[in-house]
Amino acid sequence: MIERIEALKAEAEASLVAATTSEALEELRVRYLGRKAELPQLLRGVASLQPEQRGAVGRAANQARQALEALIEQRSQALSGAELETQLQADQVDVTLPGAPPQPLGGLHVLSATTRELEDIFMGLGFTVLEGPEVETVHYNFDALNHSPTHPARARTDTFYVSDEVVLRTHTSPMQIRAMEAHPPPLYVVIPGRVYRRDLDATHTPQFHQVEGLAVDEDITLADLKGTLLAFARAIFGDERDVRLRPHFFPFTEPSVEVDVSCFNCEGRGFLRDGARCHLCKGEGWLEVLGAGEVDPNVYAHVPTTAANAPGYDPEKVQGFAWGMGVERIAMLKHGIPDLRLYYENDLRFLEQFS
Amino acid sequence: MRVPLPWLREYCDPELDTAAIEQRLTMTGTKVEAIHRHGVDAIENFVVGEVLKCERHPDADRLSVCEVDLGGARPEGPATIVCGAANVAAGQFVGVARPGSIMPDGTKLKKAKLRGVASEGMILAEDELAIGVDHDGIMVLQDLLPEVELQPGRPLAEVLPLAAEVLELEITPNRPDCLGVYGVARELHAATGAPLAPAPWSEDLGSSGELAGAEVLVECPELCPRFTARVFEDVTIAQSPPWLKARLMAAGQRPINNVVDITNYAMLLSGQPLHAFDLDRVAGARLRVRRAQPGEQVQTLDGQTRTLDEQMVVIEDAEGPTSIAGLMGGVRSEVQSDTTRVLMEVATWNGPNIHRSSWQLALRSEASSRFEKGLAPEQCLHAQALATRLMIELCGARVLPGTIDVGSPPAPAPTIHLREARVQRILGVTIASVRQAEILGALDFQTQALPDGLQVTVPAVRREDVTREIDLIEEVARIDGVDRLPATLPARRGAAGSLSHPQRVRRAAEDALVGRGLHEIVGWSFTDPGLLDRLRIPAEHHLRQVVTLENPLSEAQSLLRPTLMGSLLDVAHHNVSRGQPKIAIFESGAVYRAAAESPLADEHHALGALLSGELQPRSWRGGTAAGTANEADFFAIKGVLAAVLGRFKLDWRVEAAQWPFLHPGRSASVLVGDVKLGFVGEIHPLVAAQWDLARTAVFAIDLGKLAAAAAPVAHFKAFASVPPLRQDIAVVLPEVVAAAEVLERVLKAGGSTLTQAEVFDVYSGPQVGEGKRSLALALTFQAPDRTLTDEDVAPVRKRIIAALSELGGELRG
Repeated sequence: MIERIEALKAEAEASLVAATTSEALEELRVRYLGRKAELPQLLRGVASLQPEQRGAVGRAANQARQALEALIEQRSQALSGAELETQLQADQVDVTLPGAPPQPLGGLHVLSATTRELEDIFMGLGFTVLEGPEVETVHYNFDALNHSPTHPARARTDTFYVSDEVVLRTHTSPMQIRAMEAHPPPLYVVIPGRVYRRDLDATHTPQFHQVEGLAVDEDITLADLKGTLLAFARAIFGDERDVRLRPHFFPFTEPSVEVDVSCFNCEGRGFLRDGARCHLCKGEGWLEVLGAGEVDPNVYAHVPTTAANAPGYDPEKVQGFAWGMGVERIAMLKHGIPDLRLYYENDLRFLEQFS
Repeated sequence: MRVPLPWLREYCDPELDTAAIEQRLTMTGTKVEAIHRHGVDAIENFVVGEVLKCERHPDADRLSVCEVDLGGARPEGPATIVCGAANVAAGQFVGVARPGSIMPDGTKLKKAKLRGVASEGMILAEDELAIGVDHDGIMVLQDLLPEVELQPGRPLAEVLPLAAEVLELEITPNRPDCLGVYGVARELHAATGAPLAPAPWSEDLGSSGELAGAEVLVECPELCPRFTARVFEDVTIAQSPPWLKARLMAAGQRPINNVVDITNYAMLLSGQPLHAFDLDRVAGARLRVRRAQPGEQVQTLDGQTRTLDEQMVVIEDAEGPTSIAGLMGGVRSEVQSDTTRVLMEVATWNGPNIHRSSWQLALRSEASSRFEKGLAPEQCLHAQALATRLMIELCGARVLPGTIDVGSPPAPAPTIHLREARVQRILGVTIASVRQAEILGALDFQTQALPDGLQVTVPAVRREDVTREIDLIEEVARIDGVDRLPATLPARRGAAGSLSHPQRVRRAAEDALVGRGLHEIVGWSFTDPGLLDRLRIPAEHHLRQVVTLENPLSEAQSLLRPTLMGSLLDVAHHNVSRGQPKIAIFESGAVYRAAAESPLADEHHALGALLSGELQPRSWRGGTAAGTANEADFFAIKGVLAAVLGRFKLDWRVEAAQWPFLHPGRSASVLVGDVKLGFVGEIHPLVAAQWDLARTAVFAIDLGKLAAAAAPVAHFKAFASVPPLRQDIAVVLPEVVAAAEVLERVLKAGGSTLTQAEVFDVYSGPQVGEGKRSLALALTFQAPDRTLTDEDVAPVRKRIIAALSELGGELRG
């Protein structure tokens, strides 16, 4: 009996070693270890043997079975590894063909993307984003912003009128007043939005976009404005940028400044490495980016004190800064967009460049 | 404002180069927009010549061939120059441009052959040098410059102002005092510390007191705070001397005659406009200043007839109006070549009123642009003093004693308390009180030290602009402070930057569309009235309640858009016509309707999307994305809408509905509960044809309503830990039964065990019969605590089948 077991084992081992495919291996497994195969039969027959034989035969048969199972497992792994290798070779594809189905992402318009970028920068500096109406009263758009009754911006040649008292807002600044009417100081807000001026030429479109900023507290200085806008300039145009404030005039800020950012195209030198004049800053080394200033005390005087904004805005007690920046201009500078009209033409070949 | 630099340096010369002057002016609030070069270049090529011989050109009647002695500039001998001027003659001293000269327009002069005669340069007329406008003949220098020693070869630049750098300045509207060269000189003085020459009007050759021979009556003092006049006799009208013409030309003014040029020169220097009348043409030698009659007509110097209203002011003589005050003189009393007696008017007009009149009449002039900013009455006598000196010196005139001066004396100069600490508090940088006083002094303010700062007296010309402490702080800061501010950040007490819920919803909705491959567009808020017709909007439709502009740029931009459809269709058309096969775009922006209750518009932020063309590009794998049709139909856009709304976990639905611009059988309203968010559908073929578009599908929703419906915060719901059981059933139903109704019944019948039911296939055809279709439903069963078996759900399934049969449904297969 034991001899038979040994012979079976030897035969099976030889066959298993010789098998070259997983299928052949499986056939051999069935032949030697399947339900009807001899070795399992022998094992099942152990009970009917003489008691003194049972131990030795059972042990031998069991050992033989375990040895064969181990060998099958080993051979199976070897064979399937090789087969997989072959299969992978055969499965090779041209990886340079396009993915399918091609589902490219769309994109935000560069004006929206820039507005969001600005919102995010100023949110990081603690400003909350507010919005307001585009069709606005003369009161909020001009009067409360300390525009003299004869300020040229009021002219019908400059501003779109819906009626004598209602205009399309010419800046996002009316929301300064609305924001102060609704919230007590301290107040830190940015106001993105669409604005309108009655201009149409190579450098003006009758609608464009601004981001207004307003910060009012007890002690906000012009130096704080500079620091805030320096942070903005670096976030948008790069860490090496500097800003300079240039005195200017706006009806609703005093002192008023225009803010220039050092030119990122020529590193503020005004000329390029090859000695050519920088086309972006026209050799000045600075790019005019926005208007700003300390909020004029007269503007606070136009904010009524109400339950919503108590204790209100007393010009002797509160002070702060405001700015208005043009989104088109910033996007134009940043992305080298040569012509304002591209923004509103919405040619997909333009839109896709910024997605 | 164009300021010739040599003129400026006459009053304040900081001995800095142009770039440094530009820098200081710009950094103290007088922005130099550009630096122009007025006149010629390669200036060494311009010399004085003496015409030795002048003969007619052998082959051209109108040309002369001249032998011109250029002295040391051409030691080898006289130059031959061909000249076309009629007045050229031997014995004249002339200006000569030699080859190599660069003329004011930038052209470079070369040797030339004129009708066969070589010409070595050009004999100059004044317009060729841009120092005058006369082209009747060449300049005869001994006539023009009788006091100048002329010899051949002398550089022409020594005797004529050939070139000047001109600063183009941006003068902010609060600084009319800088609309005069001396005002700019004062700025330069404050900005650089260089000395300032005394005001050019500080010495007056005229006198005050009664003036005989003319009379002025001001009937509307509220619109004319001051009116002054002087009279000059023995005036000789002639051309101005070259220096004056050249200066006016460089400043951008055209020389006319000596008297008119004097008024312009005095205005450019002082900022105060003047007007010269021919006193003999002032009927009755009496001027009356009064409000115009409504509808009154006046002919102005530009030859136009202007119709006035009663807010406008006229100056009239015994025969009626001669000028529109502050805007433009009249033809009748204008100075002419035979004028001998001049009445010089210098007045102050009410700025706002001039501004209004100027806009009403569309009449803008150098004078009105100054008057409208509000000039100080004191400036009248500045200009009178300047004009008086020049009238005497240049016109040989005699000034009559006295000055007509109508108007109440101006208010005393205001004083303002400037607290030293306040300056620091506003700016965030310290400026010592002593320095503040120095700056203010340079700007012509008077200061007196106080324990806590300064008592400041405002000069007359700054009276309108500087009225408060903060205005003084600005004055100080712009000269010394703004350019050396530290960069600090505010304390930001209580500041917490954030977006509101509607703003977050908007971003998320936009991002969902970007994720689905759509590109955002930014359209115009303006649209044309015809859009509503092209969209087939009927007369009483709410989309006709538009906001109309009173002063649009054009009819095509005269409305505010009531819908995003116009810009989406326009952009689709633009791109299709440029060969784009696939249009997948959206816009996120305001739409406007006239509001019944408010003077403002009813504005809401809308989100609209449009699909047109081939949605999927052709693929090497054949076909398109599994299970999707390639056409921009209702279901394509509804899928995109589902992506947006799905982002907010909303229980939304559509209901078939009609929109004028949508396909009547393929359009629906989008609802959440009872709130209608917007619409979805295919563009009506007749509408699409207006934009040359094939099948096009759109949706538009109100993002404000979406934000109101969307939960700001997602709340956790427990989910089962065991897998659900999924089964499919197919049911044949009458076509008229809507899929939504089928699902609603199925979900109701399925109770809590049936957690989801979806249509995954639709079939209609001969196998199911006329008027019927088969819907294949995917059902998901779930128990919270155990894995369900087919046996478990059999009773539920039975109820579902019963519910379907109530709708006329039969199980298929």
